[in-house]
Amino acid sequence: MRNSDSKLGLRLWQLGVLAGLFVAWHVLTVPGILPPFYFGDPNKAAFFFGEPLKVLGRIWNWFAGGDIYRHLWVTLMETMLAFFTGTVLGLLVGIWLALAPTAAAILDPYIKALNAMPRVILAPIFMVWFGLGMLSKVALGVTLVFFIVFFNVFQGVREVSPVVLANARMLGASKRQLLRHVYLPSAMSWVFASLHNSVGLAFVGAVVGEYLGSSEGVGYLILQAEGVFDINTVFAGIMVLTAFALALDWVVTLVEKRLMVWQPRSGETERI
Amino acid sequence: MSAALELARITCTFISRHDRSQRYTAVEETSLAVAPGEFVSVVGPTGCGKSTLLNLAAGLLAPSSGSVRVFGEPLRGINGRAGYLFQSEALMPWRNALQNVIAGLEFRGLDPAAAKAQGEDWLRRVGLGGFGDRYPHQLSGGMRKRVALAQTLILNPQILLMDEPFSALDVQTRQLMENELLELWSADRKSVLFITHDLEEAIALSDRVMVLSAGPASHPIGEYRIDLPRPRDVSEIRLSPRFVEIHAEIWHAMKHEVLKGYAQQRQ
Repeated sequence: MRNSDSKLGLRLWQLGVLAGLFVAWHVLTVPGILPPFYFGDPNKAAFFFGEPLKVLGRIWNWFAGGDIYRHLWVTLMETMLAFFTGTVLGLLVGIWLALAPTAAAILDPYIKALNAMPRVILAPIFMVWFGLGMLSKVALGVTLVFFIVFFNVFQGVREVSPVVLANARMLGASKRQLLRHVYLPSAMSWVFASLHNSVGLAFVGAVVGEYLGSSEGVGYLILQAEGVFDINTVFAGIMVLTAFALALDWVVTLVEKRLMVWQPRSGETERI
Repeated sequence: MSAALELARITCTFISRHDRSQRYTAVEETSLAVAPGEFVSVVGPTGCGKSTLLNLAAGLLAPSSGSVRVFGEPLRGINGRAGYLFQSEALMPWRNALQNVIAGLEFRGLDPAAAKAQGEDWLRRVGLGGFGDRYPHQLSGGMRKRVALAQTLILNPQILLMDEPFSALDVQTRQLMENELLELWSADRKSVLFITHDLEEAIALSDRVMVLSAGPASHPIGEYRIDLPRPRDVSEIRLSPRFVEIHAEIWHAMKHEVLKGYAQQRQ
């Protein structure tokens, strides 16, 4: 009872912070509410920071008018494709290298170099290779997601408890079965820890790719608006992207909760 | 009839991975045999290479010299006739109790429905009927040991290797588990090689107790036949005069090695 009360209270406070931010934004930017104390011109604050009501109005028009769906669809598709491809590649390569120490030792400096490289720089190259369509954005997202998942899987496989491994061998597991029943589940807990990061980065890959050159997608909308100094539309695009990034993160959490039931969660003290 | 498990003149030297000149000989010139149906314990001070002996018998480790024979045949690779009960947590945390118990059957390709029925039967035998859907982290230490025991025994191994399996349990749970082990063992008399640092436990459970010297290069320094009557109750037998007599005899031989081992660890 008390627990659910405090949870409700927490949600109310969180909403309160959001409302407070919007009110502050409104009061500080809409021309004529406050006397101009920083910018000489009363319209300047709105020019640089937008006006919340206009931003919300823009979002409303997008969804009510149906303009946004095509762009949102493209951006989400790019994100999902990058996310899945990057995760699967990271998982496969991670397991392979973790179980093949010689190959890992040979490739080690190259992997470190690729990881250290600022990979956003690859976007123009991908555009030359794959054109201005979705593929170049997916490729950029994959390079971002891959390394996060890869390093986590690599670590996860190497840190499999040697006792659990020896036990499975004593119980008669073949090499294949060890992979399927010991290495993979053990690595999966590390993968899930990294998925929250990688979902965000897949999004970054898609939007940055669109921003650098595209004909559709939310990043393209933002780029267009910026071209005509329409700051309200830029903010509207940012908010829509943020909302969808949160939604994707929430989906990852749901899947994680379903698949990771075996992991102890803090606060769970049922022991008999 | 050949011994169920025979370690003949085993020497096991480990080489440091970073510095190949650094060597550590865990056991040296050690011979040990377990007859079919016999319960043998190995006791010795900490760090004397007891677990090394067990890993050799399991085939998880190859000896530097000497041979391991299982029912007369030289051992190659994993010892398929042996079940191994580890000292630390060995259950797969991503499998619930039932899935853990039937893991070995699954690896052997047994029909899932049949495996499940057997698994539930074994869970009941170790007193965990109805706990099949719990994950290891939801079970207490004693319960996890029972699951591990069922996991090993369900495969009906001819040899049972046990590495201080109950050392992490509290005294009461431990005595309960020891009695349960004896009961399960007396049903079909597997050959058991039991490693422990607890002399009382060794005497209470075994037919024979072997004492190892302190490491490095530890070797057997004595072997004692335990002529206590069976069936035994481990908590009661500790009070019998014969038990006290045997304990005094073995302890007298062991004390010197224990002190030596302790002194080495303090350095």
